[in-house]
Amino acid sequence: MSTIVLLLATGLGLGALYFLVASGLSLIYGLMHVLNFAHGAFLTLGALLGYAAALRLDATSWPGFIASILVGALVGAGVATLTELLLIRPLYERHIEQVLVTVGLSLASVALFEGIWGTDPTFIRGPAWLDETTGILGARVPNDRFVIIGVAALVLLAIVVFLRRTRYGMIIRAGVENRAMVTALGIDVRRSFTLVFAIGGAAAGLGGVLAAHYFGYVSPSLGGSLLIFAFIVTVIGGLGSLTGAAVASVLVALLQQFANYYAGGTGDFVIVLALAGVLLVRPSGLMGKAA
Amino acid sequence: MSGQVLVVDHLAVSVAGQQVVEDVSFTVPATGITAVLGRNGVGKTSTLKGVLGLYQRTGEVTLAGERIDALPTHKVVQRGIGYVPEDREVFARLTVSENLALAERQGSATRERREMVDRLFPDLVQRRDQMAGTLSGGQQQMVALARVLLNDNLLLLVDEPTKGLAPLIVEQVIEALRLASATVPILLVEQNLDVVRRLAGDAVVIAGGRVVHTGSASDLLSDELLTQRLLGVHAESGEVRP
Ligand SMILES: Nc1ncnc2c1ncn2[C@@H]1O[C@H](COP(=O)(O)OP(=O)(O)OP(=O)(O)O)[C@@H](O)[C@H]1O
Ligand SMILES: [Mg+2]
Repeated sequence: MSTIVLLLATGLGLGALYFLVASGLSLIYGLMHVLNFAHGAFLTLGALLGYAAALRLDATSWPGFIASILVGALVGAGVATLTELLLIRPLYERHIEQVLVTVGLSLASVALFEGIWGTDPTFIRGPAWLDETTGILGARVPNDRFVIIGVAALVLLAIVVFLRRTRYGMIIRAGVENRAMVTALGIDVRRSFTLVFAIGGAAAGLGGVLAAHYFGYVSPSLGGSLLIFAFIVTVIGGLGSLTGAAVASVLVALLQQFANYYAGGTGDFVIVLALAGVLLVRPSGLMGKAA
Repeated sequence: MSGQVLVVDHLAVSVAGQQVVEDVSFTVPATGITAVLGRNGVGKTSTLKGVLGLYQRTGEVTLAGERIDALPTHKVVQRGIGYVPEDREVFARLTVSENLALAERQGSATRERREMVDRLFPDLVQRRDQMAGTLSGGQQQMVALARVLLNDNLLLLVDEPTKGLAPLIVEQVIEALRLASATVPILLVEQNLDVVRRLAGDAVVIAGGRVVHTGSASDLLSDELLTQRLLGVHAESGEVRP
């Protein structure tokens, strides 16, 4: 029983990280039809600069931790906004070029980060409480899992409220359905492109800081490894569906954890099988609109 | 120039690198309803989309004396064009009131217009919170019409508003268009010649990527031979056949 609880907590924590990356990917794809390969770079930079901010204050203090989260989110939002304005927007409507430019940016940024911070992972510290455990049904669950899950849930809630309750949210939902018609109502849909990049970047940057605590280190390759699974999550959930991304994040992470534990470390393999299975049965993903 | 709200001069339109409208020129008078006629697939919809900049176009398009052919779609619309697309294109996963709110342009939608739209389409008032995708075709058409009537426009582009609708709903659409045309000129693509006869003052006929006839709609439709030659129909039978 305690093993199952631990696997659930770890899986949910990992799922929360996947969601923080996948939510942006899905929104961006849904609205702009661009698979953003640079999303991992937003995460990595958020983690690196977030931790740098924490060190400035005192990485083991709560103010340091909170500062790292805020800085991570801001850095993610900022660099994502610049990416959209400087690289994506000039290639308006040229989807292949847009995707290629994000691939280029992701490769270049890893090289740049390695040049600045080195290739080795930096092991990080946080407030002591995060590394302690809480007993649940006999399992000793690391406290950082609760924080990660809680923050991801808040992000999900915030995005949902934004999409449902604001005019920009409405424009984004409409744009996901039929972008041309949004422009035919006199709305400059490109502004919402920048906005989804900013939102997705903020979630990714924040996810980077939390991922650093989950794994215990920061490194220039942090984003790349999470990005692969976030893409799988996005496809399984249905490209463009936020709810799909949330559900698939949890399912994929749990499946991965349980397969790793009970099926001899085959988690990644099982996920790829699941991806193939979903694509065969429901090519548009669990909650995607019919292709 | 004051007699014309829209001047289209040598408009060519292409989709995905393929030219679908070759060379179209016509004018739309500043009052009344002007019909665009032509057989299926001749490029009526593409002409409207070219004017709006939804499809790539070359040539000159002038709205109320100002060139709009270099503007992106949202700016064209902001200048005062309301578009009712061929398949209504309401946002299925937005509610009726969200669909309408989205359409309201700043400084263009007014309280009076809202009330006018509510009076015109009481059905929509009742269904404010219903997802537009779950509305009937007729109700969706009302949403599409309401979207343009909410704003102060110089011109409406309306593409086959009666397509696939029951006779009773067609009457409602005709009423709405007639009412709208009292204050704003309309360029109307319509295959139902009976509707054209009842609404349109002028007609523009497109064939082979070009305008082949312009003139009074009633003159055209009362000329059996001409109608037959240009549209491939007997004027009496109403529907245009491919
Ligand atoms: N998005 C598109 N992709 C490819 N071809 C297109 C597209 N839109 C229009 N076409 C082509 O352009 C030509 C003109 O189409 P258009 O829809 O403008 O004609 P139409 O006169 O409105 O026809 P209908 O009476 O059937 O509505 C057709 O041959 C059509 O196949
Ligand atoms: Mg058409």
